[in-house]
Amino acid sequence: MSIIQIQEVSKFYANHTALDQVSFDVPKGSIFGLLGPNGAGKTSLIRIINQITAPDEGQILFNGKPLTKEHIKQIGYLPEERGLYKKMTVYDQLIYFARLRGMDTTAAKKTINEWLEKFEATTWKKKKIEELSKGMQQKIQFIVTVMHSPNFIILDEPFTGFDPKNTQLIKDEIENLRNQGASIMLSTHRMENVEAICDNVVLLNKASVVAQGTVMDVRNSLKDNTYSITYRGEVKPTQFAGIDIKKNVQKDGSTTLIFTYNDKPNIQLFNDPMIQISEYREVIPSMQEVFLTLTDSSHE
Amino acid sequence: MNKIGIITGREYFTRVKKKSFILMTLLTPLLITAFYGIIIWVSVGQTNSAENQNIVVVDRSGVFINDLVAPENIVFIAQENYTTDQLITSDSIDAVVSIPQDYTVDQPLALKYESMSSLSVNNSSRIELAFKDVVRDKKLTQLGVDQATIDSLQTKVVLSQFKVEEDGSTKSSNIGVNTGLGMALAFMIYFFIFLYGVQVMKGVIEEKTNRIVELIVSTVKPFQLMMGKVLGIALVGLTQLTIWIILTGILMTVVGVIVGLNMDDMKELQDVSNNPGLANVDMNQLQFVSDFLALPLAKIFGVFLFFFMGGYLFYGALFAAIGSAVDSETDTQQFMLPITMPLVFSIAISFSLVVGDPNGSLATWMSIIPLTSPITMMVRLPFMDESQNWQIYLSMAVMLLSIFGVIAVAGKIYRTGILMYGKKVNYKELAKWLFYKN
Repeated sequence: MSIIQIQEVSKFYANHTALDQVSFDVPKGSIFGLLGPNGAGKTSLIRIINQITAPDEGQILFNGKPLTKEHIKQIGYLPEERGLYKKMTVYDQLIYFARLRGMDTTAAKKTINEWLEKFEATTWKKKKIEELSKGMQQKIQFIVTVMHSPNFIILDEPFTGFDPKNTQLIKDEIENLRNQGASIMLSTHRMENVEAICDNVVLLNKASVVAQGTVMDVRNSLKDNTYSITYRGEVKPTQFAGIDIKKNVQKDGSTTLIFTYNDKPNIQLFNDPMIQISEYREVIPSMQEVFLTLTDSSHE
Repeated sequence: MNKIGIITGREYFTRVKKKSFILMTLLTPLLITAFYGIIIWVSVGQTNSAENQNIVVVDRSGVFINDLVAPENIVFIAQENYTTDQLITSDSIDAVVSIPQDYTVDQPLALKYESMSSLSVNNSSRIELAFKDVVRDKKLTQLGVDQATIDSLQTKVVLSQFKVEEDGSTKSSNIGVNTGLGMALAFMIYFFIFLYGVQVMKGVIEEKTNRIVELIVSTVKPFQLMMGKVLGIALVGLTQLTIWIILTGILMTVVGVIVGLNMDDMKELQDVSNNPGLANVDMNQLQFVSDFLALPLAKIFGVFLFFFMGGYLFYGALFAAIGSAVDSETDTQQFMLPITMPLVFSIAISFSLVVGDPNGSLATWMSIIPLTSPITMMVRLPFMDESQNWQIYLSMAVMLLSIFGVIAVAGKIYRTGILMYGKKVNYKELAKWLFYKN
């Protein structure tokens, strides 16, 4: 079951096409990575899901029904460009945004207090945003995004501005929210985070989808029979006959070889008592590599 | 609608809680009252407590000495001789007036006035008049007119203006009061449009540059955000106006009592102006109060409120559109000009040509065209009579329609502009935005 279904959505501006027949589904209860280089169309798509703009073609389903203004209450949005009223106090600001998302004031107060406690921020209540550090502001912005218990949360670069400790805090919170049943769409350029927390991804490049599926599926789709072996000991050249060695790294007395071959692995190292193998694995491209390969303009 | 309410509430409360707002709201009535108090104090003080002028009259001709009547605040001291040195050394004598020895009533009179300070126009004419009266009375006596007849020739003349209505009724009218009131109201509207219009623009730029707008328009329509802001700031203005009126009213009453002007005087003055039979009662410089009270104040206030709000909404929406189209305040210049020009134009023309001919065709047209009507209508209003009410209604109708039109156009520019960054926008671009789909 999908929470969001993007169906052949296109968006055209005067001089360029921002989205060209984009289709994918966001499974319910998952953390979904929306990836792509700058200008790929991510922000345009996020704006369309948020109903800030409308698609020129195609449609979007929310829980199987066409997306309407009624769904605004169920969506949480953390924009890439963070923004809060600098002269307003933390508390007033949170109440204001909660009410705009359709919460009544009493419920809003309760949830806001819970979140401020969770982020150890209760003492900031009466402070103006301009008096807070950047990281603190980011936390407030995160609370704004999730305080109305949305079913679907869009996070655009949620980790920028956080130190490693707070990054972990936010990561944990994102997983918490998913475990509580929310579905999360995460747009980020930090591929290590994508590998760590995303279940599914879609990769956009130049207004179109270039890859989609689970993180493993996408990574596997680019594997090319590359293997890595790490061992100690002397190897005779004959033991690597017919194997194309790409890389040879010596470190701490160990050797790591990266190599490819087309047929069945036929390495005569495993039965050599003089060689101690510490690792042997197939090399699957990281998300970083997938990203770079698929968005490289020569790869078309 | 509810969301507009939430936005309006935020715009309103964050502004009225600001120290600068509270300060300005409280200080302005104090300033107005202080200004008013000084004027009253000076004018009342001049008549009631001005020091007497002691003037030595050296009448060598003997024509005046027995008959000269000193005007108020002047004491004539008859003396046969008085030297300049005496004048310099004496503290109690302010001036010396000498009449030539050979003067007779048949000749033109050349008075010599010597003083260490210069003579005011007012005193000069009163002294001349005192001497003139003596000469005239003497001449009349020579012609055989007895003193009783001469006394009966003294007539007090008071010029009271009345404006005749179409139905034959009359009303007291005073050009000075009408002009003053009209200009004051017009200036308030001008001031309000600028002060609060710019606040709308700054608010929009703040939301845009702080990127708050992206978050808000994911929950409300850009149009709701714009309207909430415009209405919230309008309420701030109304609050300020209301506090100004109430505070100024209270303070002025207090000051009025302190400087010796009380409500009974005003009542009496009003009775005078409403009853021509009492018109020969002595008038003083507070005539304007009665003329002011005789104006159709309720109507003027009602129309003022309408154009106060109407003018602001009309221009406020345009200011919002400008704010949305630029990335920072420094870029607003090129778009501000077409908005400030009609405002400056209407205040300049209204305070010169319209005041001179408040019911001429220029004035009439300017009070109907919505770009100029909020200001021009105010200047005209105290001069308009019932038969011209249709012009007011027409102007209001045009204003209302224009507000809807301007808000629709501004809304379209706004919804595109607020999400557009880093683009140098020109008029051609703005025109394109009007036809963009969502």
